[in-house]
Amino acid sequence: MTDPQLDKKQSIRQEISQGAAAAWPVFLGYIPLGLACGVIARNIGLEPWQIGLMSVLLFAGSAQFIAVSMLAAGANPASIIITTFAVNLRHFLMSSSLSVYLGKVSKKLLSLFAYGVTDETFAVNLIKFREGRWNFTKALVVNHVSNFSWVASTIVGGYAGEFIPEGAFGIDYALVAMFIGLLVMQLRGRKYILTALCSGIMAVFFSIVLPGNLYIIVSSMLAATGGVVILKKIRQVARNERV
Amino acid sequence: MNGFEYLLLLLGMSLVTYIPRLIPLVALSGRRLPDWLIEWLDLIPVAILAALLFPLLVVSDETGRLDLLRPELIAAVPTAIIALKLKSLSVTVIAGMLLFWVTSLLF
Repeated sequence: MTDPQLDKKQSIRQEISQGAAAAWPVFLGYIPLGLACGVIARNIGLEPWQIGLMSVLLFAGSAQFIAVSMLAAGANPASIIITTFAVNLRHFLMSSSLSVYLGKVSKKLLSLFAYGVTDETFAVNLIKFREGRWNFTKALVVNHVSNFSWVASTIVGGYAGEFIPEGAFGIDYALVAMFIGLLVMQLRGRKYILTALCSGIMAVFFSIVLPGNLYIIVSSMLAATGGVVILKKIRQVARNERV
Repeated sequence: MNGFEYLLLLLGMSLVTYIPRLIPLVALSGRRLPDWLIEWLDLIPVAILAALLFPLLVVSDETGRLDLLRPELIAAVPTAIIALKLKSLSVTVIAGMLLFWVTSLLF
């Protein structure tokens, strides 16, 4: 006869190890990124504890890079918060896609899960959920293993920053390279490529003519809205031709 | 910026980051969004990423003008190819940093 308590313990242990295994690439990926983020933050004068606190409260790679560079440029807090909001709004879509698989989970646990939704944990969890044999516990483990890696590497970067001169090893390029990687991996079809091109070209123009960081919100909203309108028109034309 | 102001800034940033991550999870679990909204939200990530990226590559931070010979842009081409071929974020980041380092030493 098997002890049900023991069975439960074993299955939880199994779920944790499966979650950790899936989180491994994200864990590794966050190390260079977190180190770079910590070093840059240290170079503009943030203390390691301030860097760590930011990582714990935000857990948002690109937003943290942007916040640090805006702090360095002397931007006001309101514009940093608005930019953070705009930059992280994409997680709204990611949470929306994940919500399909989390129907039975309590609100309390969902509020814990929400904290760990990033581009990378989202990508890993969504792929796993689509494959099946994935559940909330495993997904939560992915989020928190990744979170640990991010927080720890930004703090280590903060301490190392004292010894690493500004611009060494191309560290200033870490954010740009991450944007390139994330963008390239999301170009899954023509509509994404066209939207990205329109948004990027508009952003170049608006960044020259508009003050501050407004260009990010303006050009991405215009490009995405334009994309939706054009897709609708294309579908209407196709429907009319069929009739 | 003093410690208290920094803390307020972090709290503000974490709220605007956390709430959009949370709302869909508690409000939508099981429910369906209108199609146009799904489509719009689907295009937003690439639009934001491109809007963040392009100006960093071709606009000079010193003069605020268009500059197509920046090492940022030159290093971006092989970095994008590496991202496309290897589909690994960590490799892309490390390769990009090295490429940029070498490029800025040469130019």
